[in-house]
Amino acid sequence: MNKPESISGGSTTRKSILYNGKTLAQNRADMYNTSKETGHYDGLKELKLKKSDPITFEKIFSKLRAGVVNARETAKKIAASPIVEQEGELCFTLYNTAGDCVCTSTGIIIHVGTMGMCIKYMIENNWEEDPTVNPGDMFTNNDCQIGNVHPCDIATIVPIFHEGKLVAWVGGVTHVIDTGAAGPGSMSNGQVQRFGDGVQITCRKTGINDKPMRDWQHEVQRNVRTPKYWILDERTRIAGDHMIRDIVEEVIADVGVETFLQFTSEIIEDGRRGLVKRINDILIPGKYNTVAFVDVPYMHEDVHVPSPFAKVDTIMHAPCTITVKPEATWRLDFEGCSRWGWHTYNANPTAFTSGIWVMMTQTVVPTERINDGSLFASEFRLPKGTWTNPNDRRTAHADAWHFLVSSWSSLWRAVSRGYFSRGYLEEVNAGNSNPCNWMQGGGFNQEEEIHAVNSFETAACGTGACAMKDGLNHAAAIWNPEGDMGDCEIWELAEPLLYMGRAIKSNTGGYGKYRGGMGFETLRMVHNSADWCMFFMGNGYMNSDWGLHGGYPSATGYRFEAHNTGLHKRIAEGKSLPMGHDWNPDEPDYENHLEPGAIVKRDSQCITTEAIFENGDLYLNYLRGGPGFGDPLDRTIENIEKDLNDVVLLEEYAIKIYGAKFTKDAEGYYTVDADATRARQAEMRKERLSRGTPVKEWMKGERQNILDKKASVQVQQMFASSFELSQPFLDKFRAFWSLPSDWLVTEKELGVPAFGAKHHMDLSQMPDVKTVVLVEE
Amino acid sequence: MSTTYTKKQVAELIDGVLDWETVRRMLFMPKDPLRFSMYIEVLQERAKWEDKIVLPLAPHLYIVEDKNGDIVNKCDCGYVFGPYTENWKLNALIYVRDSVEKFNQVYPKLMSPDAEWQVYREYYCPECACQHDVEAPVPWYPVIHDFEPDIAEFYKWVGLKVPKGIAA
Repeated sequence: MNKPESISGGSTTRKSILYNGKTLAQNRADMYNTSKETGHYDGLKELKLKKSDPITFEKIFSKLRAGVVNARETAKKIAASPIVEQEGELCFTLYNTAGDCVCTSTGIIIHVGTMGMCIKYMIENNWEEDPTVNPGDMFTNNDCQIGNVHPCDIATIVPIFHEGKLVAWVGGVTHVIDTGAAGPGSMSNGQVQRFGDGVQITCRKTGINDKPMRDWQHEVQRNVRTPKYWILDERTRIAGDHMIRDIVEEVIADVGVETFLQFTSEIIEDGRRGLVKRINDILIPGKYNTVAFVDVPYMHEDVHVPSPFAKVDTIMHAPCTITVKPEATWRLDFEGCSRWGWHTYNANPTAFTSGIWVMMTQTVVPTERINDGSLFASEFRLPKGTWTNPNDRRTAHADAWHFLVSSWSSLWRAVSRGYFSRGYLEEVNAGNSNPCNWMQGGGFNQEEEIHAVNSFETAACGTGACAMKDGLNHAAAIWNPEGDMGDCEIWELAEPLLYMGRAIKSNTGGYGKYRGGMGFETLRMVHNSADWCMFFMGNGYMNSDWGLHGGYPSATGYRFEAHNTGLHKRIAEGKSLPMGHDWNPDEPDYENHLEPGAIVKRDSQCITTEAIFENGDLYLNYLRGGPGFGDPLDRTIENIEKDLNDVVLLEEYAIKIYGAKFTKDAEGYYTVDADATRARQAEMRKERLSRGTPVKEWMKGERQNILDKKASVQVQQMFASSFELSQPFLDKFRAFWSLPSDWLVTEKELGVPAFGAKHHMDLSQMPDVKTVVLVEE
Repeated sequence: MSTTYTKKQVAELIDGVLDWETVRRMLFMPKDPLRFSMYIEVLQERAKWEDKIVLPLAPHLYIVEDKNGDIVNKCDCGYVFGPYTENWKLNALIYVRDSVEKFNQVYPKLMSPDAEWQVYREYYCPECACQHDVEAPVPWYPVIHDFEPDIAEFYKWVGLKVPKGIAA
């Protein structure tokens, strides 16, 4: 169990809407506190229903689970947004009366927790009394201050009643294409505060008698750029919620309300036990220490932000110690994280803890039985003031994923160490890529309508290498287990951007005995748009996806954009065009197919804000690869040869990394000479020995660099930010490098603005607000 | 319910040549509790030394019980990286990629990190030069002690006798 304080029940003057006669808050407090005291959800030391009538128990689960999955599959056909309809960026979840998840559909299951937090917030802030909770009501939420991941995930929550009493809640969420933020696109990054992050809805009652309210619809549709998509997304959510409500009513008619309510607690305790069993089955007790970093290069001229104090280069720091305990529960401690920032990559505890299950269901708990029971078998420590748990209500969150996925990739790498040691090699994943680039923009589209785009091609990046096979090419995203790059033809309908090529991106997967999965690249030409802007969003100066056990990290990103290309003229004249691969960015070829005077940007600046793109301009959407596993010199000759023939490995790097000696025939087929390659690899081992330095020797030099404060400002700022928030991290740092007890680096001495470091104001300081805390802070 | 596999299948898994059907079964069926014992058995038969493998750490790196009963980190080649409770990396060789030229040996320049932001640290065995790990931190970052297994507890989980040299 977590260690937040016990919660108290609150009061209401209305007649109870629960069968047990309690207020919603008292009901939740009793369940929560009993769970905390006993270590079993709702105090259920025994699963009486499951034990006495297992068939009924399983039947209820199967019907509900099938119901939420079916609702998702059916409802998504209502949506017009390719993000929902093509990529499946939606999810439906059933909750018990306390707002704890009973079962969830497939899809973006991070929202198991986010919608649950929305319900808990309504419970704790007495929505029961005002604005009241009645049959046929709908509540809408996208507020990141109470748990949403980013504002573009819009949740519609419907209470489910039986005989006038609340028996459950159902929530549906879709990732909308635009939220009316300062910049177009669902995950834009020009804004630096909540106030530019788009429309913000706080558990608002938006429907009665099963119909959305007119004032709500009139207001919200004009607050976003893409009202058509917005309306259909809302209908998707409502339809799915109501389908699930029907299923619940059928189950109650079948087994009775008492059994149903009993089930909605027992299944959560069952989920808790399921995680404990799985940890015991697959991991090794002990401590797993890991870390991730992400670059935030805001000093660049192509990053335009409204506030001067945001114009700084910073680095996200996410250290984590996972402790697997003897009783097979675990604790994830993020002590030492850097401070939240003036950008849109901040997270919050619910996004963090709930999101982890998106990743964990792909590895530790690959089961349909995921529910809030897992949370009750886990402890999270997310220090207040860090990017994982901001202590200021102004923070922006539009692209919270940018930081979240990087920190989770490191967690996947960490638990994979346990899998490897235990012999479950098939489960090892060096850690997936940070799925990016996020190609976004907006203006007038080909239908002459105000429009915004956010390409979800990034849902199909390379996966990390396994301990017994290569990672999958252009296959998945850590945030959606059902990743799909989508069809070119559909994207061309949704975006005024023609495909000039779509190809596997060579050399993007990290090298290793088993290499990471390759990413891919699409070259898009702006076409039939007006007043059009686009921007880039991803990693470029750093890579958050390390390799495992000697494998290399995947390649970092880079940016290619071209303006004043003359492509329309070249097309008319039948001249060559830039198409397909950007094979090796160090030997660029696209430029050979542009007219003189073209303006090209090729660099590591992978975060930009809105830039004007005219028709005929080019944008390279490069989707990243996954990291590698094991020493590259252990890679089989056959696999090296295959990589060359599959064109996923550039010749130059086959030689540099694998020592490959090969020939290429007239038809371009490669043959690797095994003996010559092994001989070269033997030389490469000797070269390693001659260039290597004993670590303890090297540490003396690095220690001196620290004493001399020899590092870039952004690196020092990252440490200064973590030191200020974490004495334990500072102590460990000083101890490791044997530094004087008073050694320190501070943001003040670096001369960079540190707004928010000393002065901040949390949501909990707002009047009449009761925040819900489920983690250690 | 769990599935059982043969020692031959576990050996093929280690070698990366196990048929995909079996790998798929391993992935979606409940885990086989005997896997660890079989895994150790296969690795032990392949080891070039007599020390008893206690826990594999990486493809060429193990925690072993040596002939004196000491529990140490040991490479395939026989090099000992120190007691198992210590970070083996501290006794390795390191090569830091911290310049455009050094990164360009690994990736095209535009697909490599910027050394002002990030470095790669490659850890080699001082004897056989095996690359056991690659870190990708910012400069100054302490060497990471990736994994501190609670071997005593783990051996209880899998029903094996805890080696004497393991602290309770």
